[in-house]
Amino acid sequence: MTIDISDIPALARGCAVLGTGGGGDVRTGSLAAIRAIQTYGPVPLIELADLPADALVVPLSGIGAPTVSHEMIHGEDEPKRIAEEIERIFGRPPAAVMSSEIGGANGVAPVAWAAQLGLPLLDADGMGRAFPEVQMVSMYVAGLPADLVIMSDIVGNIVTIRPIDGLWSERLARAVCVAAGSHALMADYVLTAAQARGAVIEGTVTRALAVGRATEGTAEPLRALAERLGAARLITGKLTDVERRTTGGFVRGTATIEGTGDDRGRTLTLELQNENLVALENGRPRAMVPDLITVVDTETAAAVQTEGLRYGQRVTVLAWPCDPLWRTPKGLETAGPRAFGYDLEYVPIEELVKGELRG
Amino acid sequence: MAEGALRIGIDVGGTNTDAVVLDAADRVVAKAKRPTTPDVTEGLQAALDAVLADVTAWERITRVMLGTTHATNAILERRNLGRVAVLRLGAPATTAVPPLSDWPDDLRKAVSAGEVIVPGGHYVDGREIGPLDLGAIRRFLDGVRADAVAVTGVFSPASADHERAVEELVRDEYGLPVSVSHEIGSLGLLERENAAVLNAALYGVAAQVTEALVAALAERGLGARPYLAQNDGTLMTVAHAARLPVSTIGSGPANSLRGAAFLSGVRDAIVADVGGTSTDLGVLVGGFPRESAAAVEIGGVLTNFRMPDILAIALGGGTVVRSGGTGVRVGPDSVGYRIAEEALVFGGATSTVTDAAVAGGRVPANAADWRERLEAAARAARAGEAAKPAGTAPYGAGDMSETFSDTLQSALAVADAMVIDAVDRMALGRADRPLVAVGGGAFLLPAEIPGVSGVIRPEHAEVANAVGAAIALASGRVDTISPAGESRAKAIERVKEEAAARAVAAGADPARVEIVDLLEVPLSYLSEPAVRVHVKAAGPLSR
Repeated sequence: MTIDISDIPALARGCAVLGTGGGGDVRTGSLAAIRAIQTYGPVPLIELADLPADALVVPLSGIGAPTVSHEMIHGEDEPKRIAEEIERIFGRPPAAVMSSEIGGANGVAPVAWAAQLGLPLLDADGMGRAFPEVQMVSMYVAGLPADLVIMSDIVGNIVTIRPIDGLWSERLARAVCVAAGSHALMADYVLTAAQARGAVIEGTVTRALAVGRATEGTAEPLRALAERLGAARLITGKLTDVERRTTGGFVRGTATIEGTGDDRGRTLTLELQNENLVALENGRPRAMVPDLITVVDTETAAAVQTEGLRYGQRVTVLAWPCDPLWRTPKGLETAGPRAFGYDLEYVPIEELVKGELRG
Repeated sequence: MAEGALRIGIDVGGTNTDAVVLDAADRVVAKAKRPTTPDVTEGLQAALDAVLADVTAWERITRVMLGTTHATNAILERRNLGRVAVLRLGAPATTAVPPLSDWPDDLRKAVSAGEVIVPGGHYVDGREIGPLDLGAIRRFLDGVRADAVAVTGVFSPASADHERAVEELVRDEYGLPVSVSHEIGSLGLLERENAAVLNAALYGVAAQVTEALVAALAERGLGARPYLAQNDGTLMTVAHAARLPVSTIGSGPANSLRGAAFLSGVRDAIVADVGGTSTDLGVLVGGFPRESAAAVEIGGVLTNFRMPDILAIALGGGTVVRSGGTGVRVGPDSVGYRIAEEALVFGGATSTVTDAAVAGGRVPANAADWRERLEAAARAARAGEAAKPAGTAPYGAGDMSETFSDTLQSALAVADAMVIDAVDRMALGRADRPLVAVGGGAFLLPAEIPGVSGVIRPEHAEVANAVGAAIALASGRVDTISPAGESRAKAIERVKEEAAARAVAAGADPARVEIVDLLEVPLSYLSEPAVRVHVKAAGPLSR
């Protein structure tokens, strides 16, 4: 299968849904992907099984401040420099590009990067959703050593970091990013196909495409989306309050949704950071990170980002299970509720919403 | 202003062109409504002549303020657009998404004389991405045939010197008008660039509007100074409009909001402008329109233009009412300007929201006989009904029987629910502000609406948009990035001064310019703490 220009709108919509409110705006990435396909042709989408064991997979992502990424857009040569650096280090060129984060902007832009490199895109990513920190990836959870980060900035600087662990990787990558003007392209965990097995989340590009297509040409986009995701509908209602506060470098917030129609009388509160992290009703959790929680427009089923939440919006909150990798002890330690500062014991969505999951 | 000075406000809307004359005490002394014509100018002249007929002392008219759709129409119809050489300063950054990537093909073909990304532009912290390559710019311009140039530098709202240098070069060496993005839009490269290119494409249209207005005034022997209304509800001189024609797009909603504030005397309110086809809801904050946070699309092109936050619902006086198997339906279609022939109250055969309102006892001032006319229309329709197969008209059984009045009653309930829902969406949880009802269809609205403290129906509400044009201030705005550390206060003072200077450039009286809006947003991931600052200054027109 290949990804062509006509696939990009659906992929973008799907990535926005998997972004659980974060992951950045998909529009610039979509334009870059369309442009790259026009120039270099459609991008083959391959599975891990298609690659020889020693083939190199490059997980790529943009890193930086959203305000900057909307102004100082990526240059076309950044992926090429990273690929050349990989070839210099490993003695062979990369065989495939992978999205580090399927949710949001970093889910769509890798199509552009793969097209620019003339490489296939691997049908997999490192999160299955969006997360805010560099070490919150499946490769880290799977125990692969975080010992190589390659960054390329817009003017052509290449920085190769050999960190001793994931936390240093995050710290140093962030410092380089700031020096580079708060925006860079990053390859984190260059891995062989053999290493990738069990350390990446497979099928997520196909899934994003299917999720994006679910709402096309249907009279009931919300139902179609919930069924495609296998999601529970936590509430349908009206946003009655959005409160934001900045603490410890993170924007934290709470959104309150009051039920309408069949849900009249119910109130759901969402705890937000960059992403939607915990959904509470009457003080009891109904869904929590790393399970996925997305707010969608009730009418169109289009995903609403956390910064786009406004009083009066008619929304539905959907929640569905994360990849099993995130439910392992290391997965929960990395990206469970406590990793985000919530004093909650993780309970899977299946138990919290017994019998309500669709699909 | 001279003793006894008069001024004229004109607003070109989708259906009607409205004009008013205000005296020195801001009283409405004449008003008129004329149909908007396809060429816009004819309708404008008709409305102007209509109000002039009610004024004797033409020599006392000192100013004419015009809010018009010329520029919008030019873009929508791809007509009279100039060819633009599109220059972006930022290479090697931004090459992944070249200029005009998201434009509809036909608009791009009509506008672009060529596009290029050359070295230049700045980082978020003000450092140069690279030195400006003037040689590359000359090579590009030597190879294109353009009517104007649009220049967009990365982070130019914070660091404008590269754009200014290019402007100078183009003017001196090529003699072409230049649209510089930092004067036009805020942060967000692609959207600002789109607005700058549209602006450059509209120079010809701006000249036509100015000429048409100046000629119309001269033909009538008026010595009045002309101004154009812009999208934020403020005015600019025609000289300023010639530089920033894209700002005239979308002045209608802003004018009606400002007019509503003025006529009602309320500075914080929700405003509903009820027309023939739709109702536009907006919010007044301190007398100015609340601005939209979302990007605004013009002719299929996304811009980061500051526009009033408007919620339009498909409900107006001409909105069609139908009854069928599934109950009563209201709209979304409308008989539009044909309401004067087609609505039941006007002897027509189509049930409209106007008819529903009249049946519910809501009539405009001086229209007490509408209820009787509705009943007469219903009787006539019933008489004709026997001779003709049922179901030909949207509402078939035309009598004032129970079914008939039930249908209109249900339709009014549906219409009210639409308004209540829209008001709730705009109210952002505050219930302490009134709703000001303006526009020709203001009488359709119920007397009480949940979520607002009351419904105000000011006099002259039907021409609020033209009043808004006539009373508008001149303004200037700056959207940039400033350090958040010790130098913050000084930096913000400088931004305020720049905004005030821009207001004066647009025509404001330097002695009476005030800062009317100041917004600071902290930025993340930067080496030095910084804030994004947005400042707007406004003041009355200088004498």
